[in-house]
Amino acid sequence: MLYRESGQYKTSYDADQAIFPIREDRIGIAIILAVAVFVIPWFSSDFLLSSIMIPFLILALATIGLNVLTGYAGQLSLGTGAFMGVGAYACYKLTTIFPDVNIVVHILLSGIFSAGIGIVFGLPSLRIKGLYLAVTTLAAQFFLEWCFIRIPWLYNYNASGAIEVPERRGFGDLIVTGPAASPITRYYIVLAIVIVLTLLVKNIVRGRIGRQWMMIRDMDIAAELIGVRPLWAKLSAFAVSSYLAGVSGAMFVFFYLGAAEPSAFAIALSFQILFMTILGGLGSLVGSFFGAAFIWALPIVLRTGLPAIGVNVGAEVVFHVAQMVVGALIILFLIVEPHGLARLWSLGKEKLRVWPFPYA
Amino acid sequence: MDFLYSILIDPFVQMVELPDFLLQVLWEGFVAGVLYALIALGFVLIFKASGVFNFAQGIMVVFAGLTLVGLHEKGVPAYLALILTIGVMGLLALAVERFVMRPLVNQPDIILLMSTIGLTYFLIGFGEFIFGGEPKQMITEELGLPTGSTAFEIGDGGLLILQHIDVAAAVIAIIMVGMLAIFFNKTRIGRALRAVADDHQAALSVGISLNQIWAIVWFAAGIVALTTGIMWGARSDVSFALEIIALKALPVLILGGFTSIPGAIVGGLIIGIGEKIGEIYWGPLVGGGIESWLAYMIALIFLLFRPQGLFGERIIERV
Repeated sequence: MLYRESGQYKTSYDADQAIFPIREDRIGIAIILAVAVFVIPWFSSDFLLSSIMIPFLILALATIGLNVLTGYAGQLSLGTGAFMGVGAYACYKLTTIFPDVNIVVHILLSGIFSAGIGIVFGLPSLRIKGLYLAVTTLAAQFFLEWCFIRIPWLYNYNASGAIEVPERRGFGDLIVTGPAASPITRYYIVLAIVIVLTLLVKNIVRGRIGRQWMMIRDMDIAAELIGVRPLWAKLSAFAVSSYLAGVSGAMFVFFYLGAAEPSAFAIALSFQILFMTILGGLGSLVGSFFGAAFIWALPIVLRTGLPAIGVNVGAEVVFHVAQMVVGALIILFLIVEPHGLARLWSLGKEKLRVWPFPYA
Repeated sequence: MDFLYSILIDPFVQMVELPDFLLQVLWEGFVAGVLYALIALGFVLIFKASGVFNFAQGIMVVFAGLTLVGLHEKGVPAYLALILTIGVMGLLALAVERFVMRPLVNQPDIILLMSTIGLTYFLIGFGEFIFGGEPKQMITEELGLPTGSTAFEIGDGGLLILQHIDVAAAVIAIIMVGMLAIFFNKTRIGRALRAVADDHQAALSVGISLNQIWAIVWFAAGIVALTTGIMWGARSDVSFALEIIALKALPVLILGGFTSIPGAIVGGLIIGIGEKIGEIYWGPLVGGGIESWLAYMIALIFLLFRPQGLFGERIIERV
């Protein structure tokens, strides 16, 4: 009743190939966007904006990046954190060298640097795959982390070895980054970048390139026979994936952390993004948002929820329990639903479609 | 020219000039290599028998070490604590088999790998929840392991210092590998293990219980983890930082081959020694600290020429 596509006839190819061919989906997306743009900024506290919504959106973008590589192109990567770091450091250097250019331009450009590095470390994927590829991405992770520590030029010879976000103005005289930037400004910029890039990726994955990625993932030899060039398919997946990781890394530092040491991009971050991808669902963009929201919100919910139901424990215990729960959930999901939260979402839609009958 | 000299010639000049220092470096590398090899051994055991790449081996090392130390802190005598820890590792093996491996049988490799990453997270949280996050001192003396060191004089006044615990670690590692080799080749269970590794379905059809075999293999990996935990813990502390070091087992396995026990040993030694030599003689040229990634780069270069590893079976799919 609520969600049913019967009666919606398409009379042109354009209508048939639209991103959201079903009217209810379009309405749903419009409502979500309206909530994200109008309701959340005005009705939520600074805390909610700056410690939940902003990191959630940024990590969702990184998750989409990893999903492009692992979910769509089937190449396992354990180096997402380092690629995010490349974006952050590139953005920092860019804004040091060209302080007058709008920071958003720098953020979008910094992804290109990490895409370049991603392509270099993606080269071994032409010969190897699976676990072996995981080792090369681990090499990227540790090598890049070392670069962040040992190349002082990257952090402007700062005595602390960390990068600190300078204050930058843009869009008129609005303070965009730095400690004085208001959460609402940062939220809007992050939201805009994430929406635009997500739409872009959505169109890439349902277009020619994305289909090539999926063919390579499903059966590389067959794909090659049909005429997909593995070289281009794999390297483009690495490029797009690292671009997204780089942009989200730059935003992570400039709009969320404010200052970052190399350890911010350690392997723990790579794993966190990998978990978001798995829990959300491999090969699903909406799943990336679910996964990011879930993993990011779980410790916060536990932290605020446990005292509310009368269990009073320290912050550290909550952190450990959250880690245990995440680990157990990952195993549970792999057993029960290997396609993640995205699969649950589509199952729910199926149920709605035939409701009130159990089947149609 | 100067740069080329400092890369190509100078390190070797240094090696020749100070042979005792070189020997010390080699020994350090050898000891680190033995420990890498022990971690890699745990990986190989599970990979051989179930095709699962067990990411959780590193945290199992930490977990075993922490359980041992934690029990001792509660007032349990050292040897009893050791036995109890072996029991805990057995329970862990049973639990992993029942709740992770059995429901995931016949799933793609990547799913199994990710489930062990999930297991890693669970065990990290669980371990920190029970034992706290701070590093602990390994109970070396209580377990009757030797401490102290012996210095040998080499050539004209050079000194080579051997820590007793390192010697013990090497000896124990050799004994363990020998026992595993006998276990794999001479016993009934060992034969069953090899059958399972070869073909799950064929093994099932001749009446080998997969579940039982998996539990045994995870238990064996748990014992290897405990040994590694004791040895590594005696050198530094028992802490969760070990978990990152365990990732070094990946390049070790690439070098040695995923299915070969001798490969794990040789790979571990190559990585351990190569890393130390690279760090001491070439590291200063680029600012030091290259130990963190050198192993992966060695593995990466190795992959391009011999993807199946030194002793591995040639099963890699070329793309």
